[in-house]
Order: sequence, then C-alpha cells, then structure tokens
Amino acid sequence: MREELLAIIEKNSRIDLKELAVILGVEEIDVANELAALEAEGIICGYHTLIDWEKTSLEKVTALIEVRVTPKSVHGYDDVARRIYNYPEVNSVYLISGGYDLMVILEGKSLRAISSFVSEKLATLDTVLSTATHFILKKYKDHGTVLSVSPTDEREMITP
Amino acid sequence: MRSPLSEACVQIKPSGIRKFFDIASEMKDAISLGVGEPDFDTPQHVREEGIHSLEMGKTFYTSNSGLKELKTEICNYIERSQGLHYDPNGEVLVTVGGSEAIDIAMRAMLNPGDEVLIPQPSFVSYEPCAILAGGKPVIIELRAEDEFRLTAEQLRAAVTDKTKLLVLPFPNNPTGAILEKADLEAIAEVVLEKDLYVLSDEIYSELTYKGKHISIASLPGMQERTILINGFSKSYAMTGWRLGYACGPGLILTQMTKVHQFAIMCAPTTSQYAAVDALRNGDDDVKMMRTAYNQRRRFLVNAFRKMGLDCFEPYGAFYIFPCIKEFGMTSEEFATRFLEEERVAAVPGSAFGDCGEGYLRISYASSLDNLKIAMSRLERFIGKLRTQQAGKAE
Repeated sequence: MREELLAIIEKNSRIDLKELAVILGVEEIDVANELAALEAEGIICGYHTLIDWEKTSLEKVTALIEVRVTPKSVHGYDDVARRIYNYPEVNSVYLISGGYDLMVILEGKSLRAISSFVSEKLATLDTVLSTATHFILKKYKDHGTVLSVSPTDEREMITP
Repeated sequence: MRSPLSEACVQIKPSGIRKFFDIASEMKDAISLGVGEPDFDTPQHVREEGIHSLEMGKTFYTSNSGLKELKTEICNYIERSQGLHYDPNGEVLVTVGGSEAIDIAMRAMLNPGDEVLIPQPSFVSYEPCAILAGGKPVIIELRAEDEFRLTAEQLRAAVTDKTKLLVLPFPNNPTGAILEKADLEAIAEVVLEKDLYVLSDEIYSELTYKGKHISIASLPGMQERTILINGFSKSYAMTGWRLGYACGPGLILTQMTKVHQFAIMCAPTTSQYAAVDALRNGDDDVKMMRTAYNQRRRFLVNAFRKMGLDCFEPYGAFYIFPCIKEFGMTSEEFATRFLEEERVAAVPGSAFGDCGEGYLRISYASSLDNLKIAMSRLERFIGKLRTQQAGKAE
C-alpha cells in the first residue's frame, strides 16, 4: 500500500482519509497509521500547494544558480549546502554531478533582489569558486502538472 | 429493379440503441462514461517509436501476417505471461484491431449451419460476425447471480451436435466479469468432451484486479483448439492505432491469414513498429494504468453500495454493470433520461444483448474527478426517481 499511497498523495495531498481507504481497498485506520509512520520516518516531509504565481498579481522571480565550490573537509559539501539553504529565500539546494557542484533554486521579489543575493551572500562565501545564474522565464510544467492547460475529452462516441 | 443488397447483411440487426448514441454524440458538454476506450494517451515512448519509423521512411507494407519483429515480441509476451509457446512463423497473425481477428477467425472456421455459442452480455461484434461467416449464433444468457461468469452447466446445456465454436469473452465488456482457473477448467472439460473450438477474446487480459489473467489456451489440451485474440488498444491505450493479433494452431491461422491477405493486406506499418516498443518497454505503463483503473473501480463499487444500487464487484476490464431494475424502466429509458437530466452518458445494458436489459454499463476509463461528479449526479438522479416511485405508490 505504501508506494501506491505515496503516489496518490504526491498528486493530491488534500484527499481525505475516507476516500483514500476506499480507493486503496483498505481500512481508514490503516491509512491513518501508514501516513503517521511515513511522517515519523521523514518520508513525507510536508504537504505543499502547487501555485502558478504568474496568474497572481504578485511579482516573483525564480532563478536556478549553478555553484562551483571547493569543499574544505569530508563534510565539505554538506557544510556549504547548509550555509546556503539556511537563507529563507533559497527554495531548494541539490548536490549535482557534472560540471558544477550545487544547484540552488532561489525565489526573489525581483531580478535585483536575486542578483544582490548572489553577489552579496553567495559569491562571498569563501568556498564558492563561481556561480552562474539562470532566470526562469516561463513555467510549463511543475511537479508533474502541466500549468495553464485544461484537459479536454477528445474521444468520440463509437458503438461499443 | 432487383435488390442490390446481400440478404445475410440485411438480416443483421442494427444496433438497437442508435437513438441513444445519436443524442449522446450531440451532447458535447456531458461527462462521458459511455466510451469503451482508455482515457490515457498512448505512452510517449511508444508514440515516438511510431514517429521514428515514419522519419526513417518505414512506410511500406509489412508481410501479410505482420512484421517479424512484432510477431516475435508477441510470442515472447505470451510465453512470459501465459507460459504458452507459439511459433512466430505461422501461429501468429497481426490484425487491424482485435475486431478483425474475431471476424476472420469465424470466417476461417465456420461452415453453413455451424452453431457458435456466444455468452451475453458481451461485445456486440460476435453475433454479426458469426452470421456473416455463415454460422448460426446461439446465445447463452449469463446471470447476475453467477457474477456474469459462464458456467460449465450453462455451456453443456447449450451444446448441440451442430455446435462448433465457443466465444469466450473474458475479462468481459460490458460486465467486468472475469473467469478464474476453476471456472476455466470446468469449461475446458466440456469443450474437450464435446469437441468444440474456442475463440478466446482476451483484449482486456492486462486489466484484471484479482490475480493474473489466465488464458484458457494454457489448460491441458486446449492450445490446439483455441484461437487466442488480443491487441494493443486496451492494455497500452492504443485504440486509434488499430492493432490486434490472433494466435492459434497453424492449421487455422493459415486460413485466417488468407482472408486477411485478400481483405486487408497487412496491418498498419507505423502501428506495428510502435507496438514492438510497447511490448518491449511498456510494462510500467500498463501497471500505472491498471493501478489507476483499480482505484476508480474501488471508488465506484463503494459509491454504488452507498447509493444502495445493486451491483456485483467486477474484477476485470474497465466497466462496472449496476442493476437498475428497481426503477421500472428499460435501460435505454434510464440512460436517456440520465443523459438528458444530469448530462452523464452511460450505455444501456441492452446494447450488449437482451439479457443486459435492466443494467447500465459505466466505463471507468475516466478521471477520478469526473467519476466523482458523475456519481454525485447519479445519486441525485436515482434519489429523484425513488421519490417519484414512492409518490406513485401512495
């Protein structure tokens, strides 16, 4: 049940226990216990909402920043990552294979806010060798969901 | 002027629910639980394989019986799913959908007057195909109390000395019924005893929700008397590609290939290339779709239970077949009113044979969100009908 449950709530975290129990073919109490276990084990880390900010009046800019670093110890990457992810404006930090080391996803109010974060906070860390900042121009698909397209049923009536 | 028409063709009854379909196809904004095809798109990698074949200029005919690569993959698939061995060279034929395979199997096997046993409710093509092939359809009416399974007793009672072929349409459209090993063994016993052949339509074989599908061909002595029909439409969401296949004894397949070659030449080439990829790399896609169907199936079974609508739990295909006899109207009246008053299309059970009267086929090849809306409308609709009935009774 675990994987099927996770797959469902990854798409819809607001689905209620009763309905989960029905479509999984188990008892409500089992679903509740499993969810509690998944939370306790740190497998479920949060229940977020997918928002298309572009449709709101709020200005938001998202940037992907490639960061190259020189780790100073065995825990070098983890330490640098911690320094970076502690900033609240940082959305995600990943350790990456390939041409650079960390991928930082940043949300800011404006281009200026992001560039000042990069130049003042990120580039000044002594382990950071270089940064390359990419601004997101348009989001087509996020978390497996295509934004701004409503599905239509194109199947025609055909005698069974 | 003499009649330009074939008597055999004229004899075939047109679909009795034409009117219903005319209304349904006009109503674009309705939620359609009437269609018998997956709501998923063909997996992206399968589509790309089809596109790639076009880019590579693979636009010629294939051999009549189909692309060698595809026939080999079909045999591999049947070997791993059923433990059955077929020779890609002579025991497999790639067809234009499972429907073509049904048609040509009957034409290859029937002589005038041969009786064909057709369990109903079932897919609408078996009866006309049998008639066009010169056979005589004999209907076996499946019963709700048997969960619409074919029983050996019913089969035995229907056999005469003219009976040649048994159509075995499981997992079943429209009821969602399946046959399990014990059911199949009992049926096989009668088939062997009475020297019958079986046309086993297993197009929904990947969509079962209670153990894996078992083909009757895998039972002792049955492979040599079974035409196994399957295809890509339902399992891989490839309805528009029009691709199916038949496997069976070379003796029958040779004749089927002859009819196929003169009527069709070969199945569409692009579809065949795409299907090779579906069989090689499509297992995860099938599993994903099966899981989604199963969730919807459980949702519907529960919804009917809550509404107090009589319905057995189906374990196959993507249909559920609730009984609507309590409302005292024909299934066509019920479906038409449901469509007009609540804008939800579901197919009257009578479309699938006389014994489907009093039932409704609801397809759950539709998103859970759509099903939720449709079920709340159904609940409102039958609530209204029950109130009207109570009013009349007073």
